[in-house]
Amino acid sequence: MSNATFRTCPESGLQFHKPAELLMRAHAVVAVVILLIGGIAALLVTLTRWPAIHLLPADRFYQLLTTHGVNMLIFWIISFEIAVLYFCSSTLLRCRLATPKIAWLGFTLMLVGIIVNNAAVASGTASVMMTSYVPMPANPNFYLGLILFAVGALIGCFVFLGTLVIAKDEKTYEGSIPLVTFGALTACIIAVFTIASGAIVLIPTWLWSLGYVNHIDAAMYRIVWWALGHSSQQINVAAHVAVWYAIAAIVFGARPLSEKVSRVAFFLYIAFLQLASAHHLLVDPGLSAEWKIFNTSYAMYLAVLASMVHGLTVPGSIEVAQRAKGLTNGLFEWLRKAPWSNPIFSGMFISLVGFGFIGGISGVVMGTEQINIIIHNTIYVPGHFHATVVIGTTLAFMSLTYFLIPVLFRKQVAFAGLAKWQPYLFGIGMSVFTLAMMGAGTLGVERRHWDMAFTNSALGFEYPASAFTLMGIMGISGVVAILGGAIFILVTVVSVFFGKSVESESSYGIATTRLSRADPVLVPDGGHEAAGKWGFAAPGTFVLALFFLMIFVLYYAVNWKYLASVWPMS
Amino acid sequence: MSDETTGSGAPVRVPFMQRVLDNPFILLFIGIVFPAVFYIIWGIMEIVNIPIAP
Ligand code: HEM
Repeated sequence: MSNATFRTCPESGLQFHKPAELLMRAHAVVAVVILLIGGIAALLVTLTRWPAIHLLPADRFYQLLTTHGVNMLIFWIISFEIAVLYFCSSTLLRCRLATPKIAWLGFTLMLVGIIVNNAAVASGTASVMMTSYVPMPANPNFYLGLILFAVGALIGCFVFLGTLVIAKDEKTYEGSIPLVTFGALTACIIAVFTIASGAIVLIPTWLWSLGYVNHIDAAMYRIVWWALGHSSQQINVAAHVAVWYAIAAIVFGARPLSEKVSRVAFFLYIAFLQLASAHHLLVDPGLSAEWKIFNTSYAMYLAVLASMVHGLTVPGSIEVAQRAKGLTNGLFEWLRKAPWSNPIFSGMFISLVGFGFIGGISGVVMGTEQINIIIHNTIYVPGHFHATVVIGTTLAFMSLTYFLIPVLFRKQVAFAGLAKWQPYLFGIGMSVFTLAMMGAGTLGVERRHWDMAFTNSALGFEYPASAFTLMGIMGISGVVAILGGAIFILVTVVSVFFGKSVESESSYGIATTRLSRADPVLVPDGGHEAAGKWGFAAPGTFVLALFFLMIFVLYYAVNWKYLASVWPMS
Repeated sequence: MSDETTGSGAPVRVPFMQRVLDNPFILLFIGIVFPAVFYIIWGIMEIVNIPIAP
């Protein structure tokens, strides 16, 4: 392979295969454009669910909710993930990308799929929301767009797997693949299952919408659709955890506390994470309690265990790296003196904390068959998944983008001052937003409901005033988060298309020059434990983990207590 | 391959679990078969067994 097809980034030392680099750029740019479309829809939907504003009429609300759900959950995230897959294979393994031409075919199919699907929704004939439950029919192009996108993404997954084979054959790495690439492999495997399930459910539904198939069974559709709908969230989890590990290494030179344990945790994701899809069907008739409880409890807890392992080892590895650099005072000097004004780090850390504390704990509660009923189909559900896919995944991807702008696009980050604040606006806004949704959901406010006041409705219902207040808080914090999202798009678009090139000045615009070449961590005399406390290498993280467990147990117990009052049976 | 050689040429036994984790295609197989059996096939069998209303 000639050197002309590779470029080495002088700052980070990363080696880019040029065809792969172009593909990564194309996927990342499309992803950000989709984020913009989904973000505009988010604003309009939020302003409608904010009772004091109640902006859109009902039909527009459902149309935009469909635009928002599909673009954000499927198109934005998976497009960015394919860029991450190419980065983690070709760049991190320092090898050529397998079959770039086929990868471009995948990209084209994804792009055409996005356009076809969005055009169907924009025409007003496909306001079926992302779940598109049968027998509610949509314009056939709605399904066709999703199918084309899925085939394109599947091609991307196989290009990734092919690249792993090339790297192994050409011996560009020794031993096992790096942990971050292993995380990407986990995401890829889950993606293959997800996309195959998508094809199994959407192709017959498309034929049904065209009149070639008579009937699609609603219960059957829901099972297979959720293998797509929920597993796609698991691709995100695996991908953003890989991004956390990558950022810990990029910013601090941190190494996982135990590669073995982290790999086994990813393995638990591969085997068990996708089974959690069943929690969407916990109130469906026809499915046995055994099926529900096995899939959502026993199996899902193994995946939750894996998330807790990652949630412990990522900050733990950062703590060890910081302590090795001399930040050993007290329990938290390593955290206080972390680079909080660097959005690569701050975004990643807020993503980790928000995902664990808000998304993780609420997810386990929702996944428990008995207590799920308290909040099933309420706005608690979007509260939970905005904590996972927005604070967790989207913010992690945003943080990675701040690293990729100079390294992949060779541009300085524009509006550096704004970029510093962006993760806080987005992360804190979203945290309040999700907590307010969960509060309102606990009071019974429905999800996907255009008018919680039930104006002129024959069968009305009066929510307590506190539910309206919480929905107002949701509206305000949602707008703050959208502002954070808008700043991200502004910074990214201006940097990438109009920004100064990195070569023209030595600086990156934000202080990432030093950080992207993080000094390797040296083991202190006496080992890492010597720089820690009480014989622990990462005592601060240990205390944080105990705090997390305490909140987890308390919240779980409170829900069981609450269940007793929801079902007054004595 | 289950064996690798050290610098001195002596073969080292790679633990079974590491061989599994190092093989993307075994992982792919597990990642598809587990959810396909426990979630999809088992779930569909339950739906299929619901008696049709007379
Ligand atoms: C600042 C950013 C965002 C705001 C303010 C926002 C706001 C909202 C609101 C108000 C709803 C409607 C809830 C309901 O009535 O049931 C919603 C639904 C949804 N959002 Fe977001 N969102 C944001 C970002 C995102 C992102 C980044 C994703 C995915 C990565 C996402 C995925 C979804 C999904 C899947 C739905 C459910 C759609 C449905 O029920 O069909 N959102 N969002």
